[in-house]
Amino acid sequence: MKRLLLIACLISAPAFAQNVLIKNATVHTAGTRGTLKNTDVLVQGGIIRAIGNNLSAPGIVSVDAKGKSLTPGLFAGLGDIGLEEVSAESSTVDGTFRLNDGAGGQMRPEFDVVPAFNPNSMLIPVTRLEGFTFTALSANAGSSLLGGQGAIMRLNGNFEDPIGSRILFASMGSGADSLSGSSRAAQFMLLDQAIREARGLSPYDYRQSLLTPAGREAMNKFLLGGRTVFNVERASDILQVLKFAKKNGMRPIIVGGSEAWQVAAQLKADNVIVFVDALENLPSSFDKIGARLDNAALLQKAGVRVGLFRADDASQNARKVRQVAGNAVSNGMSWEAGLAAITSVPADAFGVGDKVGRIDVGLIADLVLWNGDPLEVNAFAEQVWMSGSAMPMKSRQTELRDRYMADDNGLPRAYQK
Amino acid sequence: MRKSSLIATVAMLSFSIAASGKSTGNPSPGPATDPYPSTYQRISSAPVLIRNATVLTGTGERIDNADVLMRDGKIAAVGKNLDASGNTTVVDGTGKWVTPGIIDAHSHLGVYPSPGVSAHEDGNELTNPATPNVWAEHSVWPQDQGFATALAGGVTSLLVLPGSGNLIGGRGVVLKNVYGRAYQDMKFPGAPHSIKMACGENPKRVYGSKGSSPSTRMGNVAGYRAAFIDAKGYMKTWDKYNAGGKEKGEEPTQDLRLETLAGVMRGDIQVQIHCYRADEMMLMIDLAKEFNFKIASFHHAVEAYKIAQPLAENNICASMWADWWGFKMEALDGIQENIAMVDRKKNSCAIVHSDSSEGIQRLNQEAAKVTARASALGMNGSPENAMRWLSLNPAKALGIDKVTGTLEEGKMADVVLWNGTPFSVYAKAEKVYVDGALLFDINNKKLQPTSDFMLGQGANP
Repeated sequence: MKRLLLIACLISAPAFAQNVLIKNATVHTAGTRGTLKNTDVLVQGGIIRAIGNNLSAPGIVSVDAKGKSLTPGLFAGLGDIGLEEVSAESSTVDGTFRLNDGAGGQMRPEFDVVPAFNPNSMLIPVTRLEGFTFTALSANAGSSLLGGQGAIMRLNGNFEDPIGSRILFASMGSGADSLSGSSRAAQFMLLDQAIREARGLSPYDYRQSLLTPAGREAMNKFLLGGRTVFNVERASDILQVLKFAKKNGMRPIIVGGSEAWQVAAQLKADNVIVFVDALENLPSSFDKIGARLDNAALLQKAGVRVGLFRADDASQNARKVRQVAGNAVSNGMSWEAGLAAITSVPADAFGVGDKVGRIDVGLIADLVLWNGDPLEVNAFAEQVWMSGSAMPMKSRQTELRDRYMADDNGLPRAYQK
Repeated sequence: MRKSSLIATVAMLSFSIAASGKSTGNPSPGPATDPYPSTYQRISSAPVLIRNATVLTGTGERIDNADVLMRDGKIAAVGKNLDASGNTTVVDGTGKWVTPGIIDAHSHLGVYPSPGVSAHEDGNELTNPATPNVWAEHSVWPQDQGFATALAGGVTSLLVLPGSGNLIGGRGVVLKNVYGRAYQDMKFPGAPHSIKMACGENPKRVYGSKGSSPSTRMGNVAGYRAAFIDAKGYMKTWDKYNAGGKEKGEEPTQDLRLETLAGVMRGDIQVQIHCYRADEMMLMIDLAKEFNFKIASFHHAVEAYKIAQPLAENNICASMWADWWGFKMEALDGIQENIAMVDRKKNSCAIVHSDSSEGIQRLNQEAAKVTARASALGMNGSPENAMRWLSLNPAKALGIDKVTGTLEEGKMADVVLWNGTPFSVYAKAEKVYVDGALLFDINNKKLQPTSDFMLGQGANP
């Protein structure tokens, strides 16, 4: 009976053991302090309380990192973790809102994906055990250029609210042509109309209104400081977005940016953060003729703040973001910038840099200990902590693996637990 | 520009690749020769000696501080302190690694090229669920920039397959990764054709949504069986005609659909089956037994780890990704140890494949992911073992392992010089040789090919 009790305690331990002292790590802060060798990190109450040498804290579990790399929990990119299980099964997919009236009709910026988020999604442990602790839940373009709103969600599997404010998602360029009467020029015309409506410059009873009353309210938030993600690839489109955003007082984040290197100076001048996929180097569409492997490196060189994400299979295989970062470094980005591009830069871009994305005193203790170079494909996470709690390094995939790795015990595999 | 010595040409012509070893020597039904023959000619080159590198032979061996000599398009020798005679180009391999060229067992380059515009969607003939009559090579656009980026990733040969929308999608073609004006210039000399078949969700979705058969998995199987039963009849007709002696009678009419399936049953065509789930792969093994053909490889095979033993026992390769999963139901049980768990069985044939214009550029990185997982669980994650997943094993699945896929003497000099271990995110193919000719050099812009499409667009000044 006692033994059972002990086991029960161990199992539920992560829920309250939010104190830990990680000793002797190579601490990659992803912040101004860079990399600190042989350094200790003290976590109390789920928050990073101290970073230094020879820290001690009586009564707190201590972990010897033996010099291994400790990073902030990584950014799993912009995707639909928790919003979809199996991409091809529409009954499990909630990241896209489609109205029946389709192209050229209403825009519903008030659509918010957050209520659909399922913290029990099987994708969360799969992603988290690879060192990823936060993601940008995205609203994809459905029947309008404006996909709706998303938010930054931590991947602790708890029923809790996102951190930070809502983010608006807009899709521009050839990918969204079918949503703007077959011309990308009309994308700006339509957005302009929506903004006029949000500002009350269009009569409420105008028959061809794009926005509902709730939509006007929602849209207004993104004219008054809210951040808008523009999915856009072509250099000329990026410039138009910058111009449009400036004119309307919007705060743009460029996502995609295959040709961003061509307009690096303007991005730098406008202080706009760009998310690129460092694996994209083919002219897979006419919007990506200029795609190249050193896009991230060229942007960094020009002083642009670069985030990294994976464009394809961004939900189930979000863990590939780490490989994206490794390739960005392999193609000329500095290692520190590569790490920042999947930690502090996304945190800052989405306005949650005061909570996650760095190892710094006062931030949430979402930490990862690695068995090698955190950006290397043949290294992996040994332990992930969220709010200082050691997360179970298990997922549906490790359980499948263990079931089929086990020796045959004479019974069908269904009996292997 | 391409010149090839007479000797090399003759050598190539005389190479008969016993693809499956099953060829009976009987006359095939229909025309015996390929009406679209390879016009590939190796580019001539002075001998090349790479000195003092870490060499992974592709056979599972690693030789430190070794030399690799290429001459007349062939591997002339691998060993220590080899001699460089007269006109040999010597390359210092100190601190670098040498491997066989990577072979991708599953590509759609050329048939789904970049840019991916509607005019280029040539990989799936979705007008009939069984189209063994179509040949992927007739869709290959040789100006796909993807060939160039794959070459930069060390890929020297690839199997271009039709898509998986049909039960029987058509014939695939093995290409040398060397640009040509037409695909015949790239066609791997002497390589057997492959056939692409597909299990599961794709065919039943494509045809079910049109209100035609198949709309279920049982419909899928009925479809394969009906096609092979047809082909058996066709084979019989031709066998009878060929055995007819003086009273041969009229030559039977050639049927492109049945000719391909007869070629499968005769062992002349490598069978490549897109199949994710373990149970469906077991079903396809029974289908192969029913119609007496051999499966070269299952492709994608995300559940291969569940049936690693039967795959090894049946001599069937599994061409797999390192980590793709979950995008559809049949891919739900993908795990990161899949390749390692297939590999650990005796007589197994694990392959890292791409099915992607991005993945084909980084097959070494995909393999590196697997080595880490393998080592962590006490399986063989050594570089020399992992190299087999990228060269020898895919060569086997494609039926070209007698002539390429390892650094054994006499094989094609398809060779990559890496800046260090290939199994790293920081690895770069510095030099790529195809048949002994240096066709990619990371430090020489003149040896970095670009397709016609890229010109005049200021893409990469």
